[in-house]
Amino acid sequence: MNAPHLTRRDFTVGLGGIALAFSLAPIAMTQQPPRLPGSLETNRLLSAWLAINADGTATVLTGKVELGQGILTALSQIAAEELDLPLARVTIVSGDTGRTPNEGQTAGSLSVEASGTALRFAGAEVRAILLELAAKKFGVAVDGLKVTDGTITAPDGRRVSYGELASEADLKREATGKVAPKPVAQHRLVGQSSPRVDLPAKVTGGGAFVQDLRLPGMLHGRVARPPQYGAQLETFDEAKVRAMPGVVTVLRDGSFLAVAAEREEQAIKAVEALSASAKWKAGPALPDPARLYEQLKALPTQDTVISNKDGPLLASGAKVVEATYRRPYQAHAALGPSCAMAQMRDGQLTVWTHSQGVYPLRGTIARALGMKPPSIRCIHMEGAGCYGHNGADDVAFDAALLARASNGRPVRVQWTRAEEFMWEPYGPAMTMQARGAVADGRIVDWNYDVWSQAHNMRPGDPDGINLLSSWYLADAKPPGPARQAAAPNFAGDRNAIPTYDLPRQRITHHLIKDNPLRTSALRTLGAYANVFAVESFMDELAAAAGVDPISFRLAHVTDPRERAVIEAVAKAANWKPGEKGNGVRGRGIGYSRYKTIAAYTAVIVEVEVDRATGKISVPRAWSATDAGLIISPDGLINQIEGGIIQSASWTLHEHVRFDRNGITSRDWASYPIMTMPDVPKIENVLLNRPNDRPLGAGEASQGPAVAAIANAFAAATGRRLRELPFDPARVKAALA
Amino acid sequence: MAINVKVNGATRSVNAEPDAPLLYVLRNDLELNGAKYGCGVSQCGACTVLIDGVATRSCVTPLSRVGQSEVTTLEGLGTLAKLHPLQQAFIDEQAAQCGYCTNGMIMAAKALLDRNPRPTEAQVRAGLADHLCRCGSHNRIVRAVLRAAQTNGRI
Ligand code: FES
Ligand code: FES
Repeated sequence: MNAPHLTRRDFTVGLGGIALAFSLAPIAMTQQPPRLPGSLETNRLLSAWLAINADGTATVLTGKVELGQGILTALSQIAAEELDLPLARVTIVSGDTGRTPNEGQTAGSLSVEASGTALRFAGAEVRAILLELAAKKFGVAVDGLKVTDGTITAPDGRRVSYGELASEADLKREATGKVAPKPVAQHRLVGQSSPRVDLPAKVTGGGAFVQDLRLPGMLHGRVARPPQYGAQLETFDEAKVRAMPGVVTVLRDGSFLAVAAEREEQAIKAVEALSASAKWKAGPALPDPARLYEQLKALPTQDTVISNKDGPLLASGAKVVEATYRRPYQAHAALGPSCAMAQMRDGQLTVWTHSQGVYPLRGTIARALGMKPPSIRCIHMEGAGCYGHNGADDVAFDAALLARASNGRPVRVQWTRAEEFMWEPYGPAMTMQARGAVADGRIVDWNYDVWSQAHNMRPGDPDGINLLSSWYLADAKPPGPARQAAAPNFAGDRNAIPTYDLPRQRITHHLIKDNPLRTSALRTLGAYANVFAVESFMDELAAAAGVDPISFRLAHVTDPRERAVIEAVAKAANWKPGEKGNGVRGRGIGYSRYKTIAAYTAVIVEVEVDRATGKISVPRAWSATDAGLIISPDGLINQIEGGIIQSASWTLHEHVRFDRNGITSRDWASYPIMTMPDVPKIENVLLNRPNDRPLGAGEASQGPAVAAIANAFAAATGRRLRELPFDPARVKAALA
Repeated sequence: MAINVKVNGATRSVNAEPDAPLLYVLRNDLELNGAKYGCGVSQCGACTVLIDGVATRSCVTPLSRVGQSEVTTLEGLGTLAKLHPLQQAFIDEQAAQCGYCTNGMIMAAKALLDRNPRPTEAQVRAGLADHLCRCGSHNRIVRAVLRAAQTNGRI
């Protein structure tokens, strides 16, 4: 058994990609490895995903991470289901470059599809391996064995537990993807609303967040940020700060200025003193906010026609409609500002982070610091709710820089509220221009152009370092370029192609190559703005055609699942075809299939307009969603409902304020969001499709919600709002 | 300097300056995770604790202002083994996404229910108006508080 028998598998593990490609090239040409489901394709060993422990528990390993969306509960459900284990006997380890598979970023509502699918197939295969071992042990056929809660029983009543078989089960083998997962009819856990595994700790003050991590000897770090983008540090009073109580590290590297102290309040005082004494050379001026959209459109762009259908030319008599919609820069503004811990010992750097992608972060830190990736370990711990690329990666790099300068002591860096608002990458400002035509109640032409800065400026870019502080170091390494993202996920052009059946359409994405304000991925990327525009425009065309907006949509859908969600929401809201607003109250609908490949969601809202103050309220909302096979109904509702509320907040309140000298949104007063009394009551309908694969739904409702609000306002008042947010000033202007 | 504070029924001695914000003393010296840093300027509610039963933002409360008062944190309400009705209700209603706002919501609700054991839904919403949640868990939070109000009388 211990003979030096080199299998292909050992070879893969032991030698690395380059040697492998060399030696196996002739084989690889004749034998393509089979395509494996989900993320098994890129992480092919069963042991990368699952371990069976001697105590009868299973450990699930996933490269996806908890962002507040309940993903770890859903993945545990899936693994426990296939293994036939109770949920309580499954523990999950996520996002650790020292232990878990590399699944890139946790983003784009892809986790259930990628990691969930891998676990489904890996779980089924591991269960089959355990059954085979049991069959051999009992000398019976696999067919006769039964599994209940991790115990295998033979027809004659003999039993063996997973735990007893654990040492014999060799999972260091490549998955075959050939063991079929359970049929839906046999599901016990999938499809049930399992209580979230993380909540007990969160309601009792158990350590749940990276913010709660404390290491022996830990220092508290803070960064003295420049007053604006691109400012350069000229001088500061180092001696004074070094003499302050508790100060251990004062680090200046180019224009990066930071401090670490024994106590958190000491670090805060020290960073205030640093900032007060620092003299900066001003950075470039920001765009004039009064002319923002014109200025953005004038910047260099990369233009891509992402869809072109040459149908029949316009018949005479067609009614042409044109409209331009705008969405401002909007912030993630997680409730807890970003935080990280790092420690550098014997050339090994460990970083505890709430990054969405520990592997890309590791690779980028390695390049920024001139280290090798294996000498860095990035371990995910939860942060406050994450809605995309916020300050998580940046603060991790800040902690790494301070740890490198702090003699082996761990350094915890906590960004301030103002720091998060001023330095996080925002969801980009966007312009959407539509021109269409209707004849005989149908759309006969559709032209659509969207201008946007990049939505994907995350760590992991091969040509740049997408970490804030690296741009300020003496050996500054600039960010990567703005990149066009491909179909089907897209980026600024996500959901720019409507799913409606249109005879003629031309859709063009204008990627703005410049970054006047820092931008990157905010939940849904461009879909929020594009669905706002597309679905507002659908209503404008419906009005031009004189058709009820829901009937108009139904006349243009071909996919029965689209029809079903639109009909379901209309039924839930008791929509009356042709219903009219009364000047202050009205209802509207928004629909999209997220990314045109993920969950289907339709939303109806009711708005109330206070014509005197210009305030819009949204007292009620209804939603209908088809996300394929539902893993956890309550988890799904939580995502859909949360998305509607977040979208209502973006829509009515949110825009990043700035002037020529810098960002002026620095706290919750200068970046207000929706509060408890204004949150709509929401009714949600789920259409379960047990025989269809699960579809990502974490970002499915934001687009439909904004469009529904815009359309409800138009229904209520007869006026249309085309520029976000719909704040009192804009509402009053529209009603004047 | 050594200062005594009464937290969750015990007197603890901490080595901090009188102007140190209570939030950092609770989190760093007493290793209590409940109160969270969210804004540091009394705008979000994440850091809420009870001081003599009054919901208070620990981020802007210097240690010197606590004096002999009783501080209660989330940990002081209940434990995993013996949950407070509000904690139980937050689990029953799955009233969170990320759970970062949860501490502030529960502590503010505790103060609210102590003043008004049978609030209406509108009173709960008004009572939590200056507690921010960014994930959109609001309606679940309101349901959890109303559920706790119902069970409270029976505990
Ligand atoms: S952290 Fe104290 S109110 Fe926000
Ligand atoms: S649940 Fe995330 S902030 Fe409220």
